[in-house]
Amino acid sequence: MDLISDQGLRLDGRRPNELRKIRCKLGVFNQPDGSAYLEQGNTKVLAAVYGPHEIRGSRTKALHDQALINCQYSMATFSTGERKRRPRGDRKSIEMSIHLRQALQAVIKTELYARSQIDIFVEVLQADGGNYCTCVNAATLALIDAGIPITEYMVACTASLANGETPLVDISHLEETSGGPNLTVAAMPMSGQIVLLEMSQRFHLDHLDKVMKHALRGCQEIKAVLDKAVRDHVASAGAACNWEFKTD
Amino acid sequence: MLTTKTFLKKTKRGNILKIVREHYLREDIWCGSALCDKCPMSEPVLSENPESASELFSFPHYIVLDTCVVVHQIDVLEEKTLCNVIIPQTVIEEVKHQSSTIYKRLKDIIGNPGRNFYVFVNEHHMKTYIERQRGETANDRNDRAIRKTVAWYQSHLASSQSGINKSERVQILLLTNDGKNKELAAKEGLCVASVREYIQSLVGCPGLQDKLAVTEPERDGNAREYLFPPHLPPSLIHDGIKSGKLLQGTFYASRENFLEGHVNVEGQEKMILLQGHAGLNRAVDGDSVAIELLPEDQWSSPSDIVLQDEEDDPGDILDDRTEALSASRAASSERIPTGRVVGIIRRKWRQYCGILQPSPVKDTVRHIFVPAERKIPKIRIETRQSEVLASQRIIVAIDSWPRHSRYPSGHFVRALGPIGDKDTENEVLLLEHDVPHSQFSEAVNACLPKLPWIITDDDVAERQDLRHIDVCSVDPPGCTDIDDALHCRFLDNGHVEVGVHIADVSHFIRPGTALDKEAALRATTVYLVDKRIDMVPELLSSNLCSLRGNEERFAFSCVWEMTREARIVATRFHKSIIRSRAALTYEQAQLRIDDPAQKDAIATSLRELNRLAKILKRRRIENGALVLASPEIRFQVDSETHDPIEVEAKKLRETNSMVEEFMLLANISVAEKIVEEFPECAMLRRHPEPPVANFEPLVKAGHKLGFNIVTSTGKELAASLDEAVLPDNPYFNTMLRILATRCMMQAVYFTSGMLQPDEFFHYGLACPIYTHFTSPIRRYADIIVHRLLAVCIGADSTYSDLLDKRKSHALCHNLNYRNRMAQYAGRASVALHTHLFFRGKVQDEEGYVLFVRKNALQILIPKYGLEGTLYVVPKKGEVATANFVYNEEEQTQKCGDVTFRSFDPVTVQLSLDRSNLQHEKLVLKLVKPVIPGFSVPSSDEPIPMAIDEQDGGKCKDGSVVDTVSQKNKSSPSKKKRKK
Ligand SMILES: [Zn+2]
Repeated sequence: MDLISDQGLRLDGRRPNELRKIRCKLGVFNQPDGSAYLEQGNTKVLAAVYGPHEIRGSRTKALHDQALINCQYSMATFSTGERKRRPRGDRKSIEMSIHLRQALQAVIKTELYARSQIDIFVEVLQADGGNYCTCVNAATLALIDAGIPITEYMVACTASLANGETPLVDISHLEETSGGPNLTVAAMPMSGQIVLLEMSQRFHLDHLDKVMKHALRGCQEIKAVLDKAVRDHVASAGAACNWEFKTD
Repeated sequence: MLTTKTFLKKTKRGNILKIVREHYLREDIWCGSALCDKCPMSEPVLSENPESASELFSFPHYIVLDTCVVVHQIDVLEEKTLCNVIIPQTVIEEVKHQSSTIYKRLKDIIGNPGRNFYVFVNEHHMKTYIERQRGETANDRNDRAIRKTVAWYQSHLASSQSGINKSERVQILLLTNDGKNKELAAKEGLCVASVREYIQSLVGCPGLQDKLAVTEPERDGNAREYLFPPHLPPSLIHDGIKSGKLLQGTFYASRENFLEGHVNVEGQEKMILLQGHAGLNRAVDGDSVAIELLPEDQWSSPSDIVLQDEEDDPGDILDDRTEALSASRAASSERIPTGRVVGIIRRKWRQYCGILQPSPVKDTVRHIFVPAERKIPKIRIETRQSEVLASQRIIVAIDSWPRHSRYPSGHFVRALGPIGDKDTENEVLLLEHDVPHSQFSEAVNACLPKLPWIITDDDVAERQDLRHIDVCSVDPPGCTDIDDALHCRFLDNGHVEVGVHIADVSHFIRPGTALDKEAALRATTVYLVDKRIDMVPELLSSNLCSLRGNEERFAFSCVWEMTREARIVATRFHKSIIRSRAALTYEQAQLRIDDPAQKDAIATSLRELNRLAKILKRRRIENGALVLASPEIRFQVDSETHDPIEVEAKKLRETNSMVEEFMLLANISVAEKIVEEFPECAMLRRHPEPPVANFEPLVKAGHKLGFNIVTSTGKELAASLDEAVLPDNPYFNTMLRILATRCMMQAVYFTSGMLQPDEFFHYGLACPIYTHFTSPIRRYADIIVHRLLAVCIGADSTYSDLLDKRKSHALCHNLNYRNRMAQYAGRASVALHTHLFFRGKVQDEEGYVLFVRKNALQILIPKYGLEGTLYVVPKKGEVATANFVYNEEEQTQKCGDVTFRSFDPVTVQLSLDRSNLQHEKLVLKLVKPVIPGFSVPSSDEPIPMAIDEQDGGKCKDGSVVDTVSQKNKSSPSKKKRKK
């Protein structure tokens, strides 16, 4: 299947360097300390943050100089086309949870909360490609909503290569499964540091640079959208208490 | 960046799965017209003032096509008449779905900037996207989408031309063949016309009408009777196949009997026979069909009569007599499963070469077209140029085969040239063998290096400089695509260094470029007797890649260090720069070797190479490699007319075998290297061991003359062939080898990851692994092997398709197909030239009986390498002049006291029967031994003995078609050549 038409459009009508439509909302629940809902196209994710709080269960897990980050990734039964029971804690979810923690730990100022714990729960409500990325982005928003100090935005984005030459950014499920190598990057867009990099299959060295550049550009664009959402959210929340919020 | 888009959901329902996909609508899709002042595009495709050649629509206009028009009238679209055409994306998608070949042809038209074809992405445009309504079929929805596009263009362009006089404004014209669509469009106030109306209204292009495909069934007023049973609709076929009631398979028509064919059902060993008009039910050779098995008491057996469709057009009636004829034998002898076609799953129609059958009615536009390929039925076409076309070879495409018509309907595509003209006939054989032979496109030529081509310092740094080494090439005379050269020098340690230098084609052909794609499609250079169809443009094949004498060229070198006993000590591969000292012919090289006075570097290295090659060859043969024979001939061609003036058998010299040995060695060394590095995706060549049954004719033939041919292993076969020598018949051994060649399977390319290592074996060469490395100028497989090897030694990088074993497998499939076709085309070309040579000649020649058949003797004439049939039983309606008795047990034909056995020498008289324009035939008549009343000392009384050399050149290679028809085949297939 051609991922990109002669007229330069992708299967869903985007151009190669365009992201899917992003919609988000912060503070969707009252129970958790922070929460966020994020849609990237048809991939929809809920994230909730509890903490920092005391270590639950065995105290031996506590770290003496920083907070313990606990991530849990799960997928709703109805999240994909074919409905199947997804027990929590299957191999894939555990792997995803570990990768999530790896990314988020890099931005959370864990040293502020020694001997305590922060729980981050993400649930994929609908899956349409780039699940990990959407989860990272949603978790970042939830952390911000919870007021947990982070050094900067943690943003993830995918990229692929169409017809062996054109880089595609933010790939959908259809593009993910139509062959071609997929690259997932989790990065701090402001400092340009990469926290996590994953490839679905072998990539030729000649193309890696090009595709990576596009994935990072995608991260930056997502960051801009999230940043605006955060500012709007704070403004509306502040407006309720008669703040005057100035945007630049 | 996302604000300009609205976002809609599009739901697709599969079986159970519900798939939700995003579908973005955009505002930045431009109309592509030069007269628009709103869309900010850089290069508008549609011209500002499209001129109208139509009498019906005299205002300037752009044309919008619907899907049916593109699919059915692609031949009209390929004519340069229609320009400024808008193709909605909806149409592109539908065409792609319906036929990949038409899709490709459409893309070629769109890619031609002179045609002003613009693709409008209406499905992603804010204003032209429509959703399917409740109860609306997908087809209706797409028609509506196309009309929406027309309406949008109309209003979009109207606002840009408000200042222009109304009659001069550019309008949008929809061309459709769908009556309902046309009606709706007219109701919506759009300009609309059927293709036929539009084309007929064009001024100054009368030829275009002939190319119109017939789509709507023509009603002659009186409702005609149906001749054929109906075809089932796709849904019923699908259900039938699923439930096992129907079978799916490929239909193969019989070459001998136009009312017979068979279907090769997937997963079933036995063929299913089809007979009669109703049984075949409008299936054409190659179609994928659904068949129903008949009850066992209606089963039949293949008839052994030859039945050709009659000469004149009987109108739309089916001849009962012919039906009865073919079914008469049904009751007797062994029956096989018989079925009938109930539906067509996929048509495999292509364009067919042939001639127009002169119509008995004067001034009619309806004519019958007779394809050159006998498996294809005659086709009814309409043309107003029949007088011109009557003496031409033409191409015709089938459009449909309605139930009431005896013949399929089609339309004229183009004329190739006068019948019998050599260029025309060459063109025919290229087309019939599906050899891509058009000129290289602009895109391909753009990939070529610019002249003057010079070697830069970077090149020198990347390559081994071997310009100081005395390299030379040895090829047939007149060879301009030299892809291999050799060197040999003595080392201080008593060993020798031998180098094989192969043209570095992969340096010039980079993966993924238009040039690469074209070469992959062509797969091989095709050699005809008087013409070469290059795989790559001439600049590469005959110049930059060709290792010409005294020119610096890039090469890919395989260099061995060997002992004087030709044992390899070390093997190296590297890219290099060489300068060949001399481009020799086999003959010149032989002279240099044989002349002891020559003591220069080239002569001494050739001598050493020759010595080593003899050792290598001996060793190979001891290993069980086969030495097979096939008669190969050369035509001496007149330098001006290019007509053949003399025929000679190809001579083989020591030097031929010398070059061959080192090429084999290089191929084996490379195969070992690439499979070691790429166990999954190395491209190799294998030659399967033939099944025992294949050897039957060979064993039988040997047995009759007291030789025991052992075929259990290649080695034993080689040994027993060597022993089978008759002192009084020097040609006997060669004939046995020719027979042995025919027992062989085809060698094929494959991807190492698709087979087990023990299946890699090359039977003919008796080596466990083999590939093609040495002819990259003329074979695409070698280019792939070069790329793999280059990656192995770090000289080049990989790309994804190279490492994808499935893609590689698909590529092998094409390479094998093209190679086979190239071989057939080459043989057909030899046959054609043989015919040209025999025009107006009657000649006596020495020949040998190859087989004895029930009604004929199969004669091999070594001088021309051709095989013909000498009929001993006269055709129906003619009086037997001699009484031959056939002995099946002994395989002899006896007439009086003369007995014919296999391998007996005979003398025959050759002449050309030109009574059938389309199929000229070589006729054989017996001269010696003399049989009174039968043999011909002079040519008084012509006795019909016909062979048919131009059977499209198809030969037996275990293909299903032949195995069935062989039993009663009067002109068995041709020589099978293998390398
Ligand atoms: Zn416009």
